[in-house]
Amino acid sequence: MAMADQPAAKSFRLSMLLYDTRYRSITIQIIMLGLFVAGVWWLLDNMYSNLDELGKRPNFTFLTAPAGYDINQRLIEYSSQSTNARAWLVGLLNTLLVAVMGCILATVLGVSIGVLRLSKNWIIARLMTAYIEIFRNVPLLLLIIFAMSIFINIFPQPKLFRGEDALSSMYFWDSVAFTNRGWYIPKPVFESGSMIVGIVFLLSIAGIFVFGRWAKKRQEATGEILPNFWIKLGILVIPAVVFYYIMGQPISLNYPELKGFNFKGGLHLRNSLIALWLALSLYTAAFIAEAVRAGIMAIDKGQTEAAAALGLRPKRIMKLVVLPQALRVIIPPLISQYLNLTKNSSLAVAVGYMDLTGTLGGITLNQTGRALESILLLMITYLAISLSISMVMNFYNNSVKLKER
Amino acid sequence: MSEQSYVRTEMLSEQPAPLGQTGMLKWMRENLFSSIMNSIMTVVSFAVIILVLMQLIPWMMQPSWVSGSLRQCLDDPNIDGACWGVIRDRFNQLMYGFYPHAEQWRPNLAVVLMLVAVAPVLFDKLPRKMVWFSAIYPFLGAWLLWGGSAWTPILVVAGFAIGYIAFKMLHNMVGNMAMIGAVLAAVIWWLYGIGSVSAWLHSMLPIGIEAVPSSQFGGFMLSMTIGISGIALSLPIGIVLALGRQSDMFIIKTLSVGYIELIRGVPLITLLFVASVLLNFFMPPGTNFDLILRVIIMVTLFAAAYMAEVIRGGLAALPVGQYEAADALGLDYWKSMRLIIMPQALKISIPGIVGSFIGLFKDTTLVSVIGLLDPVGLIRTIQGSAEWNGLVWELFLFVSLLFWLFCFSMSRYSMYLERKLQTSH
Amino acid sequence: MKKSVLLGTIAAMGVMAGVASAGTLDDVKANGVLKCGVSTGLVGFAAPDANGNWEGFDVDICRAVAAAVLGDGDAVQFVPLSSKVRFTALSSGEIDMLARNTTWTFSRDVDLGFTFTGVNYYDGQGFMVRKDLGVASATELDGATICITTGTTTELNLADYFRTNGMSYEPVPIENNAEAMQQYLSGACDVYTTDASALAATRASFETPDDHMLLPEIVSKEPLGPLVREGDEPWGDIVRWTLNALITAEELGVTKANLEEMAAGTDNPEINRMLGTEGNLGEMLGLDADWAQRVIAVGGNYGEIFEANIGESTAIGLSRGLNALWTQGGLIYTPPFR
Repeated sequence: MAMADQPAAKSFRLSMLLYDTRYRSITIQIIMLGLFVAGVWWLLDNMYSNLDELGKRPNFTFLTAPAGYDINQRLIEYSSQSTNARAWLVGLLNTLLVAVMGCILATVLGVSIGVLRLSKNWIIARLMTAYIEIFRNVPLLLLIIFAMSIFINIFPQPKLFRGEDALSSMYFWDSVAFTNRGWYIPKPVFESGSMIVGIVFLLSIAGIFVFGRWAKKRQEATGEILPNFWIKLGILVIPAVVFYYIMGQPISLNYPELKGFNFKGGLHLRNSLIALWLALSLYTAAFIAEAVRAGIMAIDKGQTEAAAALGLRPKRIMKLVVLPQALRVIIPPLISQYLNLTKNSSLAVAVGYMDLTGTLGGITLNQTGRALESILLLMITYLAISLSISMVMNFYNNSVKLKER
Repeated sequence: MSEQSYVRTEMLSEQPAPLGQTGMLKWMRENLFSSIMNSIMTVVSFAVIILVLMQLIPWMMQPSWVSGSLRQCLDDPNIDGACWGVIRDRFNQLMYGFYPHAEQWRPNLAVVLMLVAVAPVLFDKLPRKMVWFSAIYPFLGAWLLWGGSAWTPILVVAGFAIGYIAFKMLHNMVGNMAMIGAVLAAVIWWLYGIGSVSAWLHSMLPIGIEAVPSSQFGGFMLSMTIGISGIALSLPIGIVLALGRQSDMFIIKTLSVGYIELIRGVPLITLLFVASVLLNFFMPPGTNFDLILRVIIMVTLFAAAYMAEVIRGGLAALPVGQYEAADALGLDYWKSMRLIIMPQALKISIPGIVGSFIGLFKDTTLVSVIGLLDPVGLIRTIQGSAEWNGLVWELFLFVSLLFWLFCFSMSRYSMYLERKLQTSH
Repeated sequence: MKKSVLLGTIAAMGVMAGVASAGTLDDVKANGVLKCGVSTGLVGFAAPDANGNWEGFDVDICRAVAAAVLGDGDAVQFVPLSSKVRFTALSSGEIDMLARNTTWTFSRDVDLGFTFTGVNYYDGQGFMVRKDLGVASATELDGATICITTGTTTELNLADYFRTNGMSYEPVPIENNAEAMQQYLSGACDVYTTDASALAATRASFETPDDHMLLPEIVSKEPLGPLVREGDEPWGDIVRWTLNALITAEELGVTKANLEEMAAGTDNPEINRMLGTEGNLGEMLGLDADWAQRVIAVGGNYGEIFEANIGESTAIGLSRGLNALWTQGGLIYTPPFR
């Protein structure tokens, strides 16, 4: 049938399909496409005949049926009467939550460790090397389970906080409790008027950027350097605090208290979340540290020496000369580590954190028996997350490329 | 001249440098206490190290090697810390799972032979002929692990010969397209020929070793089996995908890129779910692979995408001159790839391949989530047994240490390779 | 031309590979081994010992079926399955039957396409707490943290129970029993809930079982039984009547010890029909006449299997309760062998 698609040249012979370079690549491509389609058709045909035998055609109506199970950590309204689709959304949000938390902590840790590894201090450099080599070469799943075991076995049970001479006590003026069911911390309660404080706070952040630009221009014009850090801190804190009091202290804290079986009130960070978060961050930080180190090492020594010759102090050399160049090298692997971290968050299933894999790919799959549909949706969701992260990376890579002259 | 009161006639002997400028002290001043900040960090670091070791060492140094259960450890007044008896008690299980004791020489032999098989790839001083052993090893190794009739692996290898003969016969008629015929001939032989021929040959001349079903695989042996077969099988697929991704044929490029991005976009665990609950649905009714084979298939497909990226890196690192030189010699695509490009690209890629092997080996622990008894899965089983119920840290430490030793030495080796390759340019 | 040959070959491969399998009975006989899905490890029901030999209540059902079909109670390949994969393993044909303390429910029977072949254990969901928690009833559990094993009917029952009673709780989902035990013992959850039989088995393995108690409430019906794929009636019949033979044997007083004596022929025609000395029931099943003798010879009758694995003389120490014969006030009852 491939023959029919070919333009009929005057002296067209069959063998030209193979030996004429004008046609050969088309022939090969059509054969490959044919094989691919045949393969996919074969798989789908098998699937349908297998499913027909069981009388189970693929069917997504289970998504709108009540899920029937409860989820402990939910960022949006959810009860056992909600639909499976809603449970999927709850799981997605939990995945994103731990991924974002993990990315932030991993970056902070990774950058510090990567920089410290290049420290002139022998013991610090060695310690950081040891950290990287230990965490890079141990399976992440073991780290997660290990962290969970620490939380379960080492932190005290809530009941030990009970009574006059309790065996455990809360920290920070009775506002934080570390228990083996998770950490209980004060939760901010927003009353009317808190909106304005929030807006002021956001405006202050915008103000910092404006100030930063102005300060830079001023520095370029006059050569004077302002104590940027302190001024920025002031802009960030003072207006918000002032408005907080003007509005009559609309934001208060709800402290956790021991009531009944558990602590009530406050914000409950479950140990599954914390274990997963810490394990993911510590593991990924080791890889980020390596990327950071490689990025800094990639900067030619001449750059540092030239900057030093200009009379810049070491801190300023780092900030003005090395880092801006190193970032270009560091950020692509950094983003791919974010991608890995997000994918690795699916190991949540080992500690019972209810992420995507736990809800859609776990309980929903089990309870409805719709394995094919659930796993398909699960893979599509992860794929969508990964592709969005890659898109950000490509966007960044292109924007960096443009700056190169 | 007499004003000249003193002229030194002999050289002063060399004086030792001031105490602060030599040896230990100088080193310490420069490397540990070069500034106030550094001094503080040094002191804090030492304090942390000492504190951790003071906690850890007494806990670890316990005469508990002979204990038969956690109860014995707790009752023994001499033991106040780690209960290492569990490692002695379950060592065999952690290594081989439920593989029959009498047959455990087979996995051991398979590992030794594997080292022989990879040697010619890693050390270029060995005789080239050894590559033939490397080519046969996958079949030999699989046969050693799973056992059964010796005819099966021989006939599988024979499939390649059949493909080659078919290629030679068709080559005169249709030229390079004979490749398709050859592949088809081999595939048909593997799918439909081997079963009956092997059974027939076995009934004529039974040679073989005891078959071990894969449900008895476990422990580190299982991790190694999945990791090594995943990497070995993904190598050819990865090469094809990498070439496809570089190809200027649109459809082939799209298919390769699509596959690679699809696989790299989803977590391994979802693919393992596919292996555990879905893969059988995609096979013709009545066929059944057992779970470990299905896991190996999915792990291979997973690793192939990463392998393709590693090899693509190797291809991209080759100077364009190499491609142009191959073209200038008048070699066709496959010849230039086989003779010029691939040998160099693969050589550059070896550190990357070792790196992805380390990653894959660590990732094999995920199979515990779908119920296979790899070391992590065995930790759970052992914790659930009556003797060791309640034990937490010892098993984690032991398993982590083994994984760490393996991965760390591999990563050191890959770094050594990288350095060696760098100087050879 | 070449392409048509190619496509033809692919199509031929598809057809050849697509040859449908015969009935499960023939498959099992051809393989010479019964592939039986069991739990990944629940002491008393199905767990491997240190040498990897499987033993337990569910395991003995598998062995009985293997004995009926293949004549050898050891011709079983046990496939340990997590609760997640058990159903797909059965429907994809990876196993021939599933005996994994699985609850018989409407949707599993009707929607998932399985046939439950009977009930070998009447169970119900219970709660285990520490005695020093000071709780005497499940209605006092408002606000408690509860460990659940996921992938079972348990979590649905739990959600229903707390909702109908207007109570709140904090679920801690856990993949397997060993880990649930660890969390419960360290106090990371107040309550552990699952089938009462499994709770009893778990409690028995604790260092100080007396510190823990089962609450009196049983919040669900959990009839556990073996199941097979729907649409293969001859095979379903074999599994169903193997279980029935075990139960009937207890009812009629046929034990492992007196089996030979009984098989020689008795005055009771039902025993004779079951053991094959009278009539041709075995032939109707597609087996030989003395299939039931082999079934009972493996581990004895239902009562003997119960006592050996989970009965009061074992560490698990379950009383017969609902699982006594109907003649003794329980629910265990079979249709007659006629």
